[in-house]
Amino acid sequence: MRLNCPYCGTRSVNEFVPLGSASPKRPTLAEPIERWIDYVYFRDNIAGEHDEYFYHAMGCRSWLIVTRNTVTHEIIGTKIAREVAA
Amino acid sequence: MTHESNRLPQGGQIDRRKRISFRFDRTNYTGYKGDTLASALIANGVKLVGRSFKYHRPRGILSAGAEEPNALVELRTGNRREPNLRATQVELYDGLEASSQNNWPSLKYDLLSLNQLAGPLLSAGFYYKTFMWPAKFWEKVYEPLIRRAAGLGRASGLPDPDIYEKATLHCDVLIVGAGAAGLAAALTAGRAGARVILVEQDHVLGGRLTDDLPTQHQSEGHTWLAAAQDELRAMPNVEIMSRTSVFSIYDQNAVVAIEKVADHCIEPAPFSPRQRMWRIYPQQVIVATGSIERPIAFANNDRPGVMLAGAVRTYLRRFGTKTGERIVVFASHDGAALTVEALHAAGVTVVAIVDPRENSSPAMIAAAEQAGASLFRDSAVIAAHGTADGVTAAEITTQGRTLTVQCDLIAMSGGWDPVIHLASFLGQKPKWNPEMQAFAAINLPKGMQVAGAAAGHFSSETAARSGADAASHALQALGMAGSQPAIPGWQGEPVQGSLYFVAPSRSGKSFVDFQNDVTVDDITLAQREGYTSVEHTKRYTTLGMATDQGKTANVVAAGLIAEIRGVPLAQGAVTTFRPPYTAVTIGTVAGRATGKHFRPTRYSPLHAWCVQMGAVFVEAGPWLRAQYYPQRAGESWFDAALREARQVRQSVGLCDVSTFGKIDVQGPDAARFLDFVYANTMSTLPVGKARYGVMLREDGFVLDDGTVSRLGADHFLVTTTTANAGRVMQHLEFCAQIHCPDYDFAMSSVSDQWAQIAIAGPHARDVLRTIVDDFDLSNEAFPFMGCATLSVCSGITARLFRISFSGELAYELAVPADFGCAVIEALAKAGQNYGILPYGTEALTMLRVEKGHPAGGELNGQTTARDLGLGKMMSSKKDFVGRVLAGRPALVDPARPILVGLKPCNADESFNAGSHLLERDAPKVIENDLGYITSTAFSHVFNHTLGLGLLQRGQERIGETIMAYDPVRSKAVLVEVCHPIFYDPENSKVKS
Repeated sequence: MRLNCPYCGTRSVNEFVPLGSASPKRPTLAEPIERWIDYVYFRDNIAGEHDEYFYHAMGCRSWLIVTRNTVTHEIIGTKIAREVAA
Repeated sequence: MTHESNRLPQGGQIDRRKRISFRFDRTNYTGYKGDTLASALIANGVKLVGRSFKYHRPRGILSAGAEEPNALVELRTGNRREPNLRATQVELYDGLEASSQNNWPSLKYDLLSLNQLAGPLLSAGFYYKTFMWPAKFWEKVYEPLIRRAAGLGRASGLPDPDIYEKATLHCDVLIVGAGAAGLAAALTAGRAGARVILVEQDHVLGGRLTDDLPTQHQSEGHTWLAAAQDELRAMPNVEIMSRTSVFSIYDQNAVVAIEKVADHCIEPAPFSPRQRMWRIYPQQVIVATGSIERPIAFANNDRPGVMLAGAVRTYLRRFGTKTGERIVVFASHDGAALTVEALHAAGVTVVAIVDPRENSSPAMIAAAEQAGASLFRDSAVIAAHGTADGVTAAEITTQGRTLTVQCDLIAMSGGWDPVIHLASFLGQKPKWNPEMQAFAAINLPKGMQVAGAAAGHFSSETAARSGADAASHALQALGMAGSQPAIPGWQGEPVQGSLYFVAPSRSGKSFVDFQNDVTVDDITLAQREGYTSVEHTKRYTTLGMATDQGKTANVVAAGLIAEIRGVPLAQGAVTTFRPPYTAVTIGTVAGRATGKHFRPTRYSPLHAWCVQMGAVFVEAGPWLRAQYYPQRAGESWFDAALREARQVRQSVGLCDVSTFGKIDVQGPDAARFLDFVYANTMSTLPVGKARYGVMLREDGFVLDDGTVSRLGADHFLVTTTTANAGRVMQHLEFCAQIHCPDYDFAMSSVSDQWAQIAIAGPHARDVLRTIVDDFDLSNEAFPFMGCATLSVCSGITARLFRISFSGELAYELAVPADFGCAVIEALAKAGQNYGILPYGTEALTMLRVEKGHPAGGELNGQTTARDLGLGKMMSSKKDFVGRVLAGRPALVDPARPILVGLKPCNADESFNAGSHLLERDAPKVIENDLGYITSTAFSHVFNHTLGLGLLQRGQERIGETIMAYDPVRSKAVLVEVCHPIFYDPENSKVKS
């Protein structure tokens, strides 16, 4: 499998480290602990398009958000996580 | 020496000027360059080539290609012996040595063929039925018995002397298979200027083109083939990869192929690999993998001398060898008429054509007339007669009577099945196509097309046209255009047939799966017992398993199952296609990543100096670290480490600490960022100071520890443990990019840029003073936890940190990696007056356990800052990673085991890390577990073993006696619970 790193171009997936779903957003300190437990432990098991974090460990060291179809394995697109977070 | 009695005086694509000698089962034979082992054995009249998997039945060569289920051999000898190679794909080379498999004591007199008599015992599901009871017999009796009796070849059991490689290719159009379709596709795409890769498993191109064209079109076929090859080879944008088999395809059409670089040589050329694995990333894939002929099930259809009709043609035309003298053709497909025609043209007698179809066909009738063979319509071969040496007669049922025809070969054909493995590996279930009379690939992945016989275009002409069309489509998808090559109108290649899977039954085994000895009866039994799904039938009978994966068996079985269940084949299915298409050596999967190449070794910049000092090294992750430095031959690690630790406590020592991770963090928001990633506060750290820090994971457990040094207002240096360096860097990048995207700072790993040396001991300052350039080392000017940039040894840039892992007055000096050895040599020289010694990781452990510093055993991913006695470090004034979940009830439970020190009540006794902690008199069961020991070391200061451990309510229990129990060594020792800092609890030494 190959991923298109917006900085480095299309590279082998061997250069990347996956982390899992990019959907959960880190709660604030003011939010109840249940929100934090959701954030750290619970993930939806999505059939279809899914945003996932990938770290370009052997490239530019950017964290990417890769949209992947978990049914067809098609890579729909890649974004720079920092730009999405900002 | 036997002679090639079956070799025709002329013909074939073998090089008759190049004679080759080879050995099979210790007998010498000859063949020609261009032969396969199978064709050479056939030329020499060898019919019996192996024994079957389960019944040890004599077997001959069935096919001429990758589908071969019977003719599996062990190739080569010694450490190059390779089992289960298909003789039909082994290219003959001078000096080749092969032997048959699964026979004892010899191929001809195989005693284990008695298994045949036990046939009923070995029917479908025999594993489940026969060997169930008594259960304990399985491991000791049944399994070894079955393993000896049933089996394939033997691996060499020795290290492989050859090398294997991996490489990557990119192209516009990948064409798999260089038959008529593949060649036409390559010509079309190549002429348009596309980057084309044409992959062919065989060592010659052409596929079945010249095997299948009628005699009158042979020379035309050869001419076209030669011209196509010449043109393709002249195109710089076309790469032809022969001896290369595509064995799988993955997401995004990532194709994997094995190139047999040197399998056709007695051994690889020096420095050349035996095989090479290619990862190919094409834009477009054209699967032109051809088709495989379907056998027919009849009694004893596995006798040597029963062969696929198309293979008979291949041996005749490509290898110039006949497969028999008197041949019976049994076929429901007109393709066999080509075999009759070819045999007749070569002067071989076809005695009878047996056609199960009611009216046969014009093609078959014409072939029979031309060859002078009797044609039996609406008839069937119901049994092969003969011995292990081969077929002697065919038993035919025709119009209600049975007759026996003497023959030495039965050529059979039940039709052709497209090779759709590659088109199905990504999960698409093939569907029965009534026009094709075969399972066809549907729902192809994006960018893939199937062409030629693989797409049901069975004649050479239609195959070539479909290949050219597929290439035109591929070019269109690429935004290119091109013209198709001229394809001759090769007429007269009949492709009609009727479905016919199983002949009327008669006593004797009718095989569906030759390799796994699965018979019509087995499949029938499986249906009767309820295993009606084809996947269940497979698991119950072993149909379609092992090295051929049922290439000749699966569709026959599907047809048989449909017949038994009385449903149309359109509702039938074949089992899931899974890679690899043909077997792949483990060597190619490993590639160069063997032995020490599996993971690169990391060397400290001070490695050369450590070697010079006589260090013994230990692997720490990828690193080699100096473990201890024996001073004389035979000095044990323990004696050496004790001596080193003593020297640090009493005078001074040097330790290579370069392997710790180092991360440079700079920018206006660097301090703010470090406050977020560390549990304690870093923004309050003054310039010129270092601070110990603990990082948590978001789930509240400790990730890593280390020091943060503030080298400037906006400049920090972070250290990590050796083991976690990469993980911490990745974590910090995550925090920076996702949680703090607008913070203005940058960071970079500088682990490899700096060599770092610990100088520890009461005389550390005295030694260091001699090499620093104009720097005040006094306690007042540079106190404990100070840090500074300075220069040493007359101008070498350096960073100095007054931090201590050993608990003594200590410094860590970092210098650019290339200066590391020079600087440590200068320090060693300066320390001679103090008896300075290098110390390794063993002494380091002794010193840090005495001092109660947590390390790998304590930072094990299951401990919290509180567990390690660092709870007070967690700031309550800021958000930081892990803060909220570190406060959840389970992690602040006072009953959680926390860090304590342990010492033996009897100083002569010792204990091991991993021992469990129990009340002193408690029964040694897991319910009484109170914690465990994480680290131990012998202390020269106290002259007994010390330990660190995690103990429930440990803090309240200091001074109490409990038991350390090591269940592995069955050793129980009474220990006293202590404060974890044994040595200098006031910390006066480090501040001196």
